[in-house]
Amino acid sequence: MIEERVPAATATRRTPGRSPLRRLSRPVLYGALLVAAVFYLIPVYLLVLTGLKGQTEVTLDRMWTLPQTLGFTSFTEAWDALSPNFLNSVKVAVPAALISSFVGSINGYVLAKWRFRGSETLFTLILFGMFIPYQAILIPLVQLESSVGLYGTIQGLVLIHIIYGIPITTLIFRNYYVAIPEELVEAARIDGAGFVAIYRRVLLPLSVPGFVVVLIWQFTSAWNDFLFAATLTSQPNWPVTVALNNLAGSFSVAWNVQMAGSLIAALPTLLIYVLLGKFFMRGLLAGSLKG
Amino acid sequence: MRRLTRDRVLSISLIAPSILTVAVFVYGLIAWTGFVSTTKWNSLTPDYTSVGLDNFVNIFNYPRFQLDLRNTVVFTIFFVGVSLVIGLFLANLLDRKIRGEGLFRSIFLFPMAISFIVTGVVWKWLLTPSAGVNLLVGLDPATNRWLTDPTVLHLPTGTILNDIGLGFLATNQWGVPIALLSVVIAAVWQMSGFVMALYLAGLRGIPDELREAARVDGASELRIFRHVTLPLLTPVTVTAVIILGHISLKIYDLTVAMSPTGVGFSTDFPATFMWQTAFFANQFARGAAVAIVMLVLIATLIVPYLIWNRREKVSR
Repeated sequence: MIEERVPAATATRRTPGRSPLRRLSRPVLYGALLVAAVFYLIPVYLLVLTGLKGQTEVTLDRMWTLPQTLGFTSFTEAWDALSPNFLNSVKVAVPAALISSFVGSINGYVLAKWRFRGSETLFTLILFGMFIPYQAILIPLVQLESSVGLYGTIQGLVLIHIIYGIPITTLIFRNYYVAIPEELVEAARIDGAGFVAIYRRVLLPLSVPGFVVVLIWQFTSAWNDFLFAATLTSQPNWPVTVALNNLAGSFSVAWNVQMAGSLIAALPTLLIYVLLGKFFMRGLLAGSLKG
Repeated sequence: MRRLTRDRVLSISLIAPSILTVAVFVYGLIAWTGFVSTTKWNSLTPDYTSVGLDNFVNIFNYPRFQLDLRNTVVFTIFFVGVSLVIGLFLANLLDRKIRGEGLFRSIFLFPMAISFIVTGVVWKWLLTPSAGVNLLVGLDPATNRWLTDPTVLHLPTGTILNDIGLGFLATNQWGVPIALLSVVIAAVWQMSGFVMALYLAGLRGIPDELREAARVDGASELRIFRHVTLPLLTPVTVTAVIILGHISLKIYDLTVAMSPTGVGFSTDFPATFMWQTAFFANQFARGAAVAIVMLVLIATLIVPYLIWNRREKVSR
């Protein structure tokens, strides 16, 4: 069904080109790639450039001039404003990612190796939850969280991320476990291994990449979430995305501080992307690509 | 069907909590939202008196919501279209034994790791008329107003459109707001790398013999691309359209950070309207009606895709 396919840089190379762009000469080719790279990198360049400028140089008309003197006041000011919320994001995203991956792994194991009548239909029904606009559940969700006293709390937000993470984490693990040869499971069964032993001795040791993919995916989605957080929490429990949006919407906050704040809010997921890009990609493609 | 062993019971009881949770929190809450959308609950205290479809009639007659629907259509067409073209183009460039391919791929794709809020804040400043892009490439701030531009491009009025009874097409209601296109730029920046990755994976999956055969037959590269490569990439295109399309139909974070509502609701979307109606104005029933409309729009896109996905797998 939905499978992982990674554009591997190491894929076997046959003839060089296969597109109408084949005839483009190499300089034109690299030129086009560089132009594209500039487009993607310009916001980052501006973020860093602005962040490094001293307070006297941050007028809008000097947006693109290089800093004369290095100053970190933008960052310190943004950090002062956002650090409690940054910490909230950690408190939301880390537990949400850990628990989600555990839940997803169990579900994936059952759906891949212990199929039952209707399990495939059930799986499709679960997958639908991944695509719904959360607006369609937001009003009752507020009612529900209020009635159990979770409304406005960080725990409540963690719970919501785990719940609405079930479809994607189940999907990734199910597809991961489907790819593990049935013979391994059968061999363990013949050796007398049951449900738990097969999971612990056969699947779990092979699951590390699966866990990394899901952890990254869930951490990133929870960290970058805005809709749930803006609806279900209030300051001081806001995660960094909501606080940043609030900061950016305020006319009293200078734009250089907004930019520095953006970089701070983006840093954790960016870092993960840079360090573990391969796994990030797999999550991305697993969540979307039809096999 | 295997007989009911202890392990089978265990396996089902372990997945049961998740199934129950999804049943309640996805399907149950959707049903509740559907119910709320038919009630009178348009103030702070819940009032579950039924009003039938009044809330739906109400929002569809509401000018702001009509513009939201226009914006959704315009945004979806431009966002999906431009992302597909850029993604396909970049994938084709990268599929040509590029030195530093990995680096380029990383650069094109990193915006996916960032929150829409961050993207919105940065692009808001990049598209500030007095600075940003205008300043960088020397465009006149008076004519390049980006997000602050109130212009809505539409067909010319007083032409034959009137004569054939289609005069209504030449109105703002059926136009393309300039400010909305600025949001498209930011959204394309964030998502086109993802399309590139999808297409690149697709291109790598096409056996070269197919194109080689066409080449031997003397087909031009352009013809091979159009008649061999592109058709083989159709599943990738479908996937990309579904993923981008559903993001576009529920777009919220990006516009909230970049330009909430916008000049003359030029960057307002159903999601923005829903949130303000429900959680700001406390008109929960109307908000629920907007949410249900969003759900129906997305379901028309997603449900056939999920069914197709399932069929495809069964037939394999």
